[in-house]
Amino acid sequence: MRWNKLTDQHLQEGGSPARLTGKLLTVASLILFVSALLSLVLGPVSIRPDQIFLEILDHFPGVTIDSGLSKVEAAIIWDVRLPRIVLGLLVGGLLAVAGASYQGIFRNPLADPYLLGVAAGAGLGATIAIASGATNGEGMFDALPIAAFIGSAVAVGITLLVGGAVGKSTSTVTLLLAGVAVASLFTAIQTYIQQRESATLRQVYSWILGRLSTSGWDEVIMILPYAVISVTIMLAMRGALDVLAVGEEEALSLGLRPERVRWMVIAAASLAAASAVAVSGLIAFVGIIVPHAVRMVVGASNRLVIPLSLFIGAAFLVLTDLLARTLQSPAELPIGVVTAFFGAPFFLFVLRRRSDGII
Amino acid sequence: MSTETTNENRSDMIVCENVDKWFGDFQALKGVSATIAEQEVVVVLGPSGSGKSTWIRCINRLEAHQQGTIIVDGVELTNDLRNIEKIRSEVGMVFQQFNLFPHISVLDNVTLAPKWVRKMPKAAAEKKAEELLEMVGIPEQAAKYPGQLSGGQQQRVAIARALAMEPRIMLFDEPTSALDPEMIKEVLDVMKDLAHGGMTMMVVTHEMGFAREVADRIIFMESGEIVESGTPEHFFTNPTEDRTKLFLSQIL
Repeated sequence: MRWNKLTDQHLQEGGSPARLTGKLLTVASLILFVSALLSLVLGPVSIRPDQIFLEILDHFPGVTIDSGLSKVEAAIIWDVRLPRIVLGLLVGGLLAVAGASYQGIFRNPLADPYLLGVAAGAGLGATIAIASGATNGEGMFDALPIAAFIGSAVAVGITLLVGGAVGKSTSTVTLLLAGVAVASLFTAIQTYIQQRESATLRQVYSWILGRLSTSGWDEVIMILPYAVISVTIMLAMRGALDVLAVGEEEALSLGLRPERVRWMVIAAASLAAASAVAVSGLIAFVGIIVPHAVRMVVGASNRLVIPLSLFIGAAFLVLTDLLARTLQSPAELPIGVVTAFFGAPFFLFVLRRRSDGII
Repeated sequence: MSTETTNENRSDMIVCENVDKWFGDFQALKGVSATIAEQEVVVVLGPSGSGKSTWIRCINRLEAHQQGTIIVDGVELTNDLRNIEKIRSEVGMVFQQFNLFPHISVLDNVTLAPKWVRKMPKAAAEKKAEELLEMVGIPEQAAKYPGQLSGGQQQRVAIARALAMEPRIMLFDEPTSALDPEMIKEVLDVMKDLAHGGMTMMVVTHEMGFAREVADRIIFMESGEIVESGTPEHFFTNPTEDRTKLFLSQIL
């Protein structure tokens, strides 16, 4: 049984799993770097790549170079393109790594980061914020992401409370069902509010499709702490997830505490998903297709899938955002449309492969 | 019923006193009492449904008993999580289904728990794993995937995996029942080596040859009770209980 050619070949040539991880991470960070670079260079306003390079070099401490860019062009780089790229990296990485973690915990390849009510909760929060007009305020931060984040947290909180003892492996099914019920409830309330405030429909709809528009660095600063905490936890738990993957009883007899691992990973993944959704709306499919694409290349070990999903997810979202803002330039496509457009066919492909025992 | 210990000088590793266990209305264990000494090899025999697996699963708390006491290496099994963890760290277990992780190498399967549960440094874990794979007779399979190994080889990897946590007691729950008959011997041979190396072992099995040759003591169970306990010689040639005689007449 050959699970995948790449790792198989590597191990048979005498390579160690650690070196393999190193190699793959190098490739992933290269892809990431190239995506970010392309995104920086391409846009409705054309700016010469060498000037962008000099402009960025100029901001390194102790370096002073005249890039020849006008003030407006420099502002496009620093206040429009760069924050958007960084936000894309964060959101893509968070969604993909949360998806990979959920799939690892629930041992269900179709688990996505919105599973436990994150999406419905954020949707309700966002709708309330939009309907109440709180998003037009001139406060420090836009109220929309905060409302969406709180909505997610409340929804996941209810799911975890109702779904109860996460400790037992059988109750992950209960947890999933609780997630479905909570999501329905929140969606119902959201729809009700939307009906009563039909003027908000357009704004809510555009939020649901997902977008990466930024106002400077605010969004990045807002989610960065949550991103760091949640990603650190998920990375630290990747080996424990592998131990858990061999089976509940084996893990127990090997001294692991499955319930502790489950709680920590579910909490971290939900926090990651909620942070991403708060600033970007509901970007579809990244949390499913990226971990699956990674799995198809490197196999199902969480120790590889989780860190690689982080990198590839980040790169994937920056690239799709590039498509979203250049395909019909200067108009922008909602990024959720682009990810779903590429995501859905891939997903069908994965489903087809599933019957061949690939996953 | 006789429960005499043959190793007077050794300390008690497992002490069970009047252990009761119910699954709903069904009583799976009825007042099970036994003491297993350090380095003793005990084979638990009995018809299926007699409670033998349930009993050894209670010893590392995969099942919780409801009455009586179980003391493992001086620590009593209660609901206290710290005690359960301490005991699990000293008790290794091998299951009928060996459940290796299919997507990682054999060596990786063995080092996984030491590295990620015990936080053992990678180099030390790998060195230990290589020694264990040598011990179970498949050092050359280290880089392969579990799916490339035979069932018997996979079960030997599972034994190495359990040993990698450096347990003081090993529990075997029908380790050869899922294997092709041709592969049973290689697994039993590994277990025999382990027994000769001084490991304290409790083995649930239907392999009478193994029981006769390797066990220090045989415990025969039926309907959740210990019916008879004694040396293999006593058990196979001169059993005292009628139920034991009936069981032996059916299988031999």
